[in-house]
Amino acid sequence: MELQRSMVDGSVSMKDSAKSEISSERTLYPYVTGTSIIGIKYKDGVILASDTAGSYGSTLRYKSVERIKQVGDHTLIGASGEISDFQEIMRYLDELILYDKMWDDGNSLGPKEVHNYLNRIMYNRRNKFNPLWNSLVLGGVKKGQKYLGTVNMIGTHYEDDHLATGFGNHLARPILRSEWREDLTFEEAVKLIEKCLLVLLYRDRSSINKFQIARITDEGTTIYPPYALKTFWGFSHFQNPSKGAAGTW
Amino acid sequence: MDLDLSAPHSMGTTIIGVTYNGGVVLGADSRTSTGMYVANRASDKITELTDNVYVCRSGSAADTQVISDYVRYFLHQHTIQLGQPATVKVAANLVRLLSYQNKNMLQAGVIVGGWDKYEGGQIYSVPLGGTILRQPFSIGGSGSSYLYGFFDQAWKEDMTREEAEQLVVKAASLAMARDGASGGVVRTVTINAEGVTRKFYGGDTLPLWHDELEPTNSLLDLLSSSVPEPMST
Repeated sequence: MELQRSMVDGSVSMKDSAKSEISSERTLYPYVTGTSIIGIKYKDGVILASDTAGSYGSTLRYKSVERIKQVGDHTLIGASGEISDFQEIMRYLDELILYDKMWDDGNSLGPKEVHNYLNRIMYNRRNKFNPLWNSLVLGGVKKGQKYLGTVNMIGTHYEDDHLATGFGNHLARPILRSEWREDLTFEEAVKLIEKCLLVLLYRDRSSINKFQIARITDEGTTIYPPYALKTFWGFSHFQNPSKGAAGTW
Repeated sequence: MDLDLSAPHSMGTTIIGVTYNGGVVLGADSRTSTGMYVANRASDKITELTDNVYVCRSGSAADTQVISDYVRYFLHQHTIQLGQPATVKVAANLVRLLSYQNKNMLQAGVIVGGWDKYEGGQIYSVPLGGTILRQPFSIGGSGSSYLYGFFDQAWKEDMTREEAEQLVVKAASLAMARDGASGGVVRTVTINAEGVTRKFYGGDTLPLWHDELEPTNSLLDLLSSSVPEPMST
């Protein structure tokens, strides 16, 4: 029995007569998941940020999962949701980039093209009730044009100056809506992102204090090594919240 | 298989894989349960894939056995075609492919460990869903819940072979003390450049933990030896 890998549907196939009894093509549920991704445009390009956690239900099982990866010369991708599906998406994208390079024609796929390709994959899988359980953020720069877009497991996709997935939508985007500017320097952008990452660390149960920031400009891509942020617990109210109201939380 | 999203399905076993400064040590308990009944109290959950790569199995016994059989078959052919032993990475990825492509139907959480001449000792974790992650050590199965804190404290880089084996045996026996679905004996498999060594740690050779008593042959022995200790509340 061979391992047949088809692009869209990847189940191990057998004789057609046996297939319908065995494969159950219905919506799955995720097992090992990543939480929010944050992406913003800044003066020179785009920055993506995430933590490095792979949760297994409520357990913080894996603490060194890289959820932001490079795709070709012009694009960064960040993924939240099921990690195995993200690893599979990376295989598709690496293959796409490889075939593109093999043309050796001076052209290379930019973030818009990669986004469109992913959008087709995600939407078609959704139509078959067999989604890739991810929310993805794509950021890139090609010929001076900055790009930041998102696509998720149901095929919804859009672009914006700042994006987030999961909890980031609720906690990070309000901060970004208020404080983002077109002409942020790299330092200002990182500080703004760190503000968002800290809020997510305080308020998202599946986040950990180990972050990764990646930057892409016309010059190239850098994915910085993981690091941790200092947290603040020094509010006077935190000292003794039950004083005067025993039993409060 | 309709499950709640926030409660992943835990599997009846404790499996462990650790790297040390020359290879890997794989460890597991030996209990196979069908519901509340212990179907096999001395099972071998550490299965050979090639001479230099073994896999610790947790989850459905049937699913993991069938996956191992397929991967052993593929690796055998691969070794012949390659002309040299397969790498641990290839073995782990074959397991991943089967696990990922059939994720709707399988319940298999495995730890693939081995030694090859390119990267030395390696441990790859392939949990439910088919994610693949290389780690310096990995734990799995229902008993692993009790070991996260233990390993966070006790694990260190670059252990010797003896330290690694002792760590695995201690951890497995701690998990077996608290997890109903794990028990029996501790089996370990050590893989390095020299080859493979199987060890067996039977019930009485394992350390005793809190609230566990020294085993005796009979109460009668205790009565006849000296004034027996009164039972405490």
